[in-house]
Amino acid sequence: MRNICFYFQVHQPFRFRRYRFFDIGQDHYYYDDYTNESVLDKVKTKCYLPTNELLLKLLKKYKGKFKIAFSISGVALDQFRLYAPEVIESFKELVDTGDVELLAETYSHSLVALKDEKEFKRQVKQHAQTVKELFGYKPKVFRNTELIYSDEIGQMVKTLGYEGMLTEGAKHILGWKSPNFLYCNAIDPKLKVLLKNFVLSDDIAFRFGNKGWCEWPLTTQKYVDWLAQLDKKEEIINLFMDYETFGEHQWKETGIFEFLEDLPEKVIKHKKLQFVTPSEAIEKLQPVSSVHVPHPISWADEERDLTAWLGNEMQKEAFDKLYSLLPKINQCEDEKLLKDWQYLQVSDHFYYMSTKFFSDGEVHAYFNPYETPYEAFINYMNVLSDFTLRLNAAIPESNIEQELANLSRIIEKKDKKIKQLEKQLKSTTNKI
Amino acid sequence: MRVLMFGWEFPPHISGGLGTACYGLTKGIAHIPDLDVIFVVPKAFGDEDQSTMQLVGANKVPIKHRKLNVSQFSKTLDYIEVSSKLVPYVDPDEFWKLQSYEVSTMHKFVQTDESGLVQFTGTYGPNLLKEIADYAIIANLIAQDHEFDIIHAHDWLTYPAGIAAKEATGKPLVVHVHATDFDRSGGSVNPTVYEIEKRGMEAADKVITVSNLTRNIVIEKYGIPEDKVVTVYNAVEPNHNEIPVPFQKKVGEKIVTFLGRITMQKGPEYFIEVANAVLKRVDNVRFVMAGSGDMMEKMIRRAASLNITDKFHFTGFLKGDDVFHMLRMSDLYVMPSVSEPFGISPLEAMQSSVPVLISNQSGVAEILTYAIKTNFWDIEAMADAIHGIVSYPALSKMFIKHGKEEVDSLKWENSARKVKLVYDSVLP
Repeated sequence: MRNICFYFQVHQPFRFRRYRFFDIGQDHYYYDDYTNESVLDKVKTKCYLPTNELLLKLLKKYKGKFKIAFSISGVALDQFRLYAPEVIESFKELVDTGDVELLAETYSHSLVALKDEKEFKRQVKQHAQTVKELFGYKPKVFRNTELIYSDEIGQMVKTLGYEGMLTEGAKHILGWKSPNFLYCNAIDPKLKVLLKNFVLSDDIAFRFGNKGWCEWPLTTQKYVDWLAQLDKKEEIINLFMDYETFGEHQWKETGIFEFLEDLPEKVIKHKKLQFVTPSEAIEKLQPVSSVHVPHPISWADEERDLTAWLGNEMQKEAFDKLYSLLPKINQCEDEKLLKDWQYLQVSDHFYYMSTKFFSDGEVHAYFNPYETPYEAFINYMNVLSDFTLRLNAAIPESNIEQELANLSRIIEKKDKKIKQLEKQLKSTTNKI
Repeated sequence: MRVLMFGWEFPPHISGGLGTACYGLTKGIAHIPDLDVIFVVPKAFGDEDQSTMQLVGANKVPIKHRKLNVSQFSKTLDYIEVSSKLVPYVDPDEFWKLQSYEVSTMHKFVQTDESGLVQFTGTYGPNLLKEIADYAIIANLIAQDHEFDIIHAHDWLTYPAGIAAKEATGKPLVVHVHATDFDRSGGSVNPTVYEIEKRGMEAADKVITVSNLTRNIVIEKYGIPEDKVVTVYNAVEPNHNEIPVPFQKKVGEKIVTFLGRITMQKGPEYFIEVANAVLKRVDNVRFVMAGSGDMMEKMIRRAASLNITDKFHFTGFLKGDDVFHMLRMSDLYVMPSVSEPFGISPLEAMQSSVPVLISNQSGVAEILTYAIKTNFWDIEAMADAIHGIVSYPALSKMFIKHGKEEVDSLKWENSARKVKLVYDSVLP
């Protein structure tokens, strides 16, 4: 029996407004509310709501046989709460069918895994907590931003208690090996690794509506034949893609919804195919080998590396400047600052600064609010400059001031504790 | 294939972008086998040796014909100089002034033009038009005396010459538009100049423009059919001699430079407003306006009234190496042109490892990726870009690294090949 594992990524960044250097130190609001709301509204109408509705119908129809997984970034959840709470409701309905798995990720959809373990863990925990609050669900499998993975990141994820992780079946790490098996982490073999079959995934995500593609039009029958045709021994086909594939990257007119509606039946009826969720796959299958990934990989571009986010000088400088603030962030308790801190880390900001689009444009240009990567960089750095000023003001620089701040924080804590104890004391004396 | 080309002077006597472009293109053409150029230039003869010249035509105009062995050329060039007072970048008003200026200072007006210290008198001088007409008559004669297959005329002053050559021989004519009067005048077009330009474009079998920006002007404002107009971008001469920085500037201080003619076309007033906006918030930066032109005084007064002259400097007209020194000192080159058909100077800045900020209203913006582009009127965006370059080092590091590569890939040879395709398309 061959397993088909679907996972969809749901993410929307908070885009910054045009933040000029005149604004630094003057205006501390960074977001382009109009763009954020209108993009979300558009994607909601074209993709999230209709696709959720269709999936709900399918999940109910094929109860227990059709299964899918989602990863919804914390930033996207924030946006839904702010602009479209009905989307959260519709995801809840999906989760309640019991055949939908939710994956863990970093709250900020950030690249922090490449920088700081402590902050990474904090963000993963925060995301898990939010998922629990909203959906009453505890994720078991982890997927990192942009499917970024390396041996070390895998090990870090394992220490957080996750049993499996998703990443790209990049050719350069697999060599002759096939992505269609379960693998395990090279440092800690207890962490299972699911690899994306990028050919079959991209047939849907990128090529589906392309009339110049030699396989166009892609019918469900043809696709299921492809799934079935692979070498008999191959155990699992991981189809990972952006959720926006449905209705947004591939418009309704391409027939993507009809494809999605018909596919489960074709798979379920096929004797050799069945759907699984990532956590089921990890339980059921035996890893065939470990996979060595000394340098981080991702699911982006031909190279499947980090160059789309950290490829040029601007991206590196912005990234380093951002995380140089960590020591102060760790002392910071101001909620507003921490919220901005989350949104500053979203990977999309770095993607906008990519100069790779000079050669391969379209994907990078998607939803990009900037005309050039330089504008993106300057805007980001302006925002970051203002944020740094605010953070410095909140977390004083000199030792004495810092000590004072620390001490007053300790006093605050002790005060709380004293009050708690007093209460206890009172209630016990009352009882007596 | 032989081309009769009506162009402009070669270095070192070069008067701005037009001469540079003609020189570069001719050099590029020299790389193409089976393509020869007879190069005709107007030149007011001064103190130089006139023994090699011959007199041509009814007016007994002196003509100097020589085989020019230009360095780095693979072959010699037929180079014909015609005694004419035509100089690029003038309109009839300006020319009248130049003429009267020349009387007092003997044959120096080529420099005078570039220094731009010419004042408009409002008086209409017919002399320029006479010069153009004379030049056309000589063109007609030269055309009859030489063998060639195609005629190529650079910018409006030589269009009548091109037309005359075409009439004399029936050979196809290509006119090359480096600028239109819409660019030079900022909209208030001189009807006589417009008429000459339009006639040239209409008489031509193909029109070459230096950018799509100019191509659109030619199509829309001159009513030339779209399929007759082809864009061929300029390139830049490789810069071999690296001149060391003459002196160290103050540590930490950044220099932002405007370098060019201080005329309406170049948008100097926007540069001042931007400088003012930046200086209000940023300390470690100085602005330099290098060059001269008819708006210089006004600019000085504006800078003074904004109280920024402690950080805003005028150098006046820069010559020769001083231009390179100025560039090498700069941390950013700004070209806020209101209407720039191409604009070679940002490419020269990039060659000198200086990041550039250019306006979208320049043709060169169409081919550069490692440059910041804004609209010339968008003071905020420009100020923000300058602040970005000055404050966030990664940006200029990146421009310096990739900008030079990008410019080095722009070769006159490639432009010449495209010109050759245009020739091929009009030959029977």
